[in-house]
Amino acid sequence: MRQLLTGNGAAAWGMRLAGAEYVPAFPITPQTEIIETISGWISSGELDARMVTMDSEHSMLTAAGTAAATGVRVFTATSSQGLLYAMEMLYTVAGWRAPFVLVNVSRALSSPITLEPDHNDVLAARDSGFLQIHCSTCQEVVDSLLLAYRLGEDERVRLPVIVNLDGYYLSFTREPVILPGEDVVSRFLPPYDPEETQFRAKDPLSQGVAVLGGSHYSYFRYETHYASQNGLSVFAEIGREFGDLTGRFYSLLEEYRTDDAEIVFFMIGSFATKAKEAVNRLRDAGQKVGLLRPRLLRPFPEHAIAAALRGVKGVAVVDQNISFGKGGILFAELASALYHIKERPLALVSFIGGLGGRDISNAEFYEMARVTAEAAQSGKIPPPRLLYTKEELARIQGLKAIASAGLHKEQ
Amino acid sequence: MTEKISRVRHEYLRHDKKFPHVWCPGCGNGIVLGSLIRAIDKLSLEKDELVLASGIGCAGRMPAYVDFNTLHTTHGRALTFATGIKLAKPELTVLCVMGDGDATAIGGNHFIHAARRNLNLTAIIINNQIYGMTGGQYSPTTPYGANASTAVYGHIEHAFSIAELAITAGAAFVARGTVYHVRMLDTLLAKGIAKRGFSVIEIMSNCHTQYGRRNNMGDPVTMMQWFKDHGVSEQKAKKMSDEEMGEKFTIGVLADKDMPNYMEEYRRIQEQAQLK
Ligand SMILES: Cc1ncc(C[n+]2csc(CCOP(=O)(O)OP(=O)(O)O)c2C)c(N)n1
Ligand code: SF4
Repeated sequence: MRQLLTGNGAAAWGMRLAGAEYVPAFPITPQTEIIETISGWISSGELDARMVTMDSEHSMLTAAGTAAATGVRVFTATSSQGLLYAMEMLYTVAGWRAPFVLVNVSRALSSPITLEPDHNDVLAARDSGFLQIHCSTCQEVVDSLLLAYRLGEDERVRLPVIVNLDGYYLSFTREPVILPGEDVVSRFLPPYDPEETQFRAKDPLSQGVAVLGGSHYSYFRYETHYASQNGLSVFAEIGREFGDLTGRFYSLLEEYRTDDAEIVFFMIGSFATKAKEAVNRLRDAGQKVGLLRPRLLRPFPEHAIAAALRGVKGVAVVDQNISFGKGGILFAELASALYHIKERPLALVSFIGGLGGRDISNAEFYEMARVTAEAAQSGKIPPPRLLYTKEELARIQGLKAIASAGLHKEQ
Repeated sequence: MTEKISRVRHEYLRHDKKFPHVWCPGCGNGIVLGSLIRAIDKLSLEKDELVLASGIGCAGRMPAYVDFNTLHTTHGRALTFATGIKLAKPELTVLCVMGDGDATAIGGNHFIHAARRNLNLTAIIINNQIYGMTGGQYSPTTPYGANASTAVYGHIEHAFSIAELAITAGAAFVARGTVYHVRMLDTLLAKGIAKRGFSVIEIMSNCHTQYGRRNNMGDPVTMMQWFKDHGVSEQKAKKMSDEEMGEKFTIGVLADKDMPNYMEEYRRIQEQAQLK
């Protein structure tokens, strides 16, 4: 079935197809449309699930985790400040090893306040134990939800999963989406078998027990780490299986025109579709440019990335996030993944852009490709670039002048 | 009269920068803003000594429009930001404006503890019985049986009364007004701001867009009429039976206690400790 869906609509459909039974919810822009769509289906009787609007994301995530720990399939969604407010519980429920799916619709963090996207919200959850799948199209959102349940519920993994889509750019953009039929879904995603992770009085289970001394604690943390890493081979496996059923194959990475590429853009999320456009134009102009986009960020597919970048001369890492005092988070992740690889690219160049929904233009992609090619050739790596145009700077300086004139007047 | 209005407006509003405002035409938030600046004018407070902090929501947009020190914070946390300001600079007059969701759902814990602590702050809670900004989801003050975007067959949870919650939590001054009873609202706000202790002014206000439309009151006038019919003074309420009260609610000053506020207690204990 083909439908025109927003990214949010696609996320709701993913939940519906996956047959999640319980949805604790809390509104926040730009995610709210997801829970509204689901609640609409429940009210009209189209969907048999339970939904409760809680008093905050903190309680929402707690309810999601505990419900998952009773052995049912759970879905929830949030954005930005909501994800941060729930952060304490993200870490806590991940430790319970009870899988469920959390959709995060990326929106930049306060302050200043905005509603538009970047990735600092979801990257704040990077070390929580949740796996992370990053989407760049509405089709990928629906499919990733099914993949996410299958991945998290796999006995080798057993961890909750975040499916991330960019606010506005994807959440509110309509694209044609093929909805997998029920036959496909039932073959790909059988009913959740929680095995021992459920509540049974005759077979009691304690979650989140105290373990002082460090040894037990370390054991459980290492277990979680291994489980997360198992996600790499599990994802590769189920991504193929999904492809066999639907014709849409999902691997750990999207490699776009990378085969003979000398310069590669490395980035996540929906802005990668902009990069593709730039790649096409640069190719038309005879340049060997490609795009590498990890779908999974946790676990981090470092071997697959290193393999994909073999023979590449320069990588332009485009971070839509900023770790103040350090720089781009993807850049640091990529650099550490490549350090021990002999035939690693000669130049890794860091670019930060697209913060708070700021566009990245074609011209900026061309410039990034140019700078990176130059660095690969000269061996001189330029310092990280924070994308900002002369016009933007002039505008902000104008505003600053007005503001400081106001201040002086007061004095 | 018009001269006075325009003076007050020019004095306290960022009239040339931030207008038109984002609120729906007829939203009660504008009435509250008007009332607030009249109350401040009446108290002759200096703009520099005023701070207006808010959380997030339609109500939370208010600081953008006033020419005081302002702080637009995160959803639910306005009172904690205000606490920080007040403890660092007790000489400032610190006001907080919040929605019902902001103050009593995601920020409910801060609300009861700020009341209990009795800091000299003023909490202005615009109770429109719904999450306005995010699309009409029920809040802790949505009445049982009312419709919301998340309760299309009627709400099955029970609302609590913000004013009564504040009284129980120990607030020094608690009042309830409505956007219909505007003159009374001017007075309640002035009294609350002047009070040297934690004061709460709950203001019943219309969100006809998200609440009204779903509950047969789709325009501001109908909602105003509802406030007019349902707000009763305490004296009157005392003489009414539970049945007569029904959905009606009391308006006016509901609690006014004289007790040392947090800073006064703090100074007392500091002096005591230094004596030893
Ligand atoms: C942590 C967090 N969660 C959720 C939101 C989304 N959000 C913005 S306003 C709002 C509720 C608004 O309702 P209320 O506080 O009653 O104010 P009103 O808009 O009715 O004035 C919510 C849930 C947010 N900004 N931050
Ligand atoms: S949605 Fe409701 S509270 Fe928000 S501005 Fe409109 S009427 Fe006012």
